[in-house]
Amino acid sequence: MNFPISGQHINPVYLIVVGFVIGVFGGFFGVGGSFLAGPALFIAGMPMNFVVGTDLAHIVGKSIAAARKHQTLGNVDMKLAWIMVIGTVIGSELGAQGIQMLKRTGKVDFTVGITFVVVLIAVSLFMAWETLRTLRSQAGKPKRPPRKDFSAFGYVSKALQRIHLPPTVDLPTSGIRKISFWIILLVSFVGGLFSGFLGGGAGYIRMPLMVYLLGVPTHVAVGTDLFEVMISASYGTFSHAMKGNVDIMVALVMHTGAAVGAQIGVAGTQYFSGPKIRLAFIPLPLIGAGLIIYRLLTM
Amino acid sequence: MPTPNPKEPPPSAKSFLIEIAIYAALVLIYFLLVLHFLGDSVKRLYDDDKRWYAVVALSLMVGQGFGLDWLTTRLMRVIRAKSE
Repeated sequence: MNFPISGQHINPVYLIVVGFVIGVFGGFFGVGGSFLAGPALFIAGMPMNFVVGTDLAHIVGKSIAAARKHQTLGNVDMKLAWIMVIGTVIGSELGAQGIQMLKRTGKVDFTVGITFVVVLIAVSLFMAWETLRTLRSQAGKPKRPPRKDFSAFGYVSKALQRIHLPPTVDLPTSGIRKISFWIILLVSFVGGLFSGFLGGGAGYIRMPLMVYLLGVPTHVAVGTDLFEVMISASYGTFSHAMKGNVDIMVALVMHTGAAVGAQIGVAGTQYFSGPKIRLAFIPLPLIGAGLIIYRLLTM
Repeated sequence: MPTPNPKEPPPSAKSFLIEIAIYAALVLIYFLLVLHFLGDSVKRLYDDDKRWYAVVALSLMVGQGFGLDWLTTRLMRVIRAKSE
């Protein structure tokens, strides 16, 4: 199929299959899937500027279906999501400014690539350590229902929840009685900073931060992150489309596969406990790190 | 950590499979009919006016996301009502 906007000839079945796989991951883990979609579009021959913009556009559509599905399951904390949008937008703007500064030095690809690899490996290693520790501590104890969440790192979120720097908010959907607005803003700002600096929705960092620092149950972190990604990716899509970096036809075709995949991914979260979802999440950042290392070596 | 309260029970495997099949059929029809005729007009807009292209591109994606989701939800309600 010919896509005249980006001037590429790409098999639509390839796009639908890529969208489907990313949809399953996105629905299950609450991530945008840029670490897979980006390389997949690049391999198909799409120029890098179109890869970034088109990927963001497809994330918008996929996140809508997945976030709405999570909402019907009670997994979206709307109050938390809207507070996080503020921090994400500020963080992503600063991250994008950082990219502009690096562009002037001519070392943007190498610096962003290495940062990405270090962050992704660190996230995977930490989650592997925490999840295995949590699962070991639960071994031999009566089996909990799949939605009952627990973490060996829970003392950190409890300590942060005791800091009552005003204004404070209650998050009944997440089961948090009182937490400082500024802590939520800081966490979302860090997520936004990574999103602006490294591209994509940065769900691979935001979802773990919500679980380990804010103390949000994994299922709610996944659903809320998807809602938040939907808003921030819409902003990014509009901005990139104005610059001519979005082939919306490619994004729409990818989304037809992603829409089906996201339904399956979301339904899957109901049958796994929080630590098991986190355990399955661990290889994902490593796959992304591997793809970036390959690209840096073949540049 | 606390446990969230689900607003609706998990769907049965049968209803979930029906839902996925409907969703897949809908996106296939949409893909064949709509996207085929949309290509040229969107390309013209892309060449002529980037600002309007940005508005239309985001609207198309949001519309497709909500539209497919809305249709599936309505169809599933009909299927569930008939099977009860």
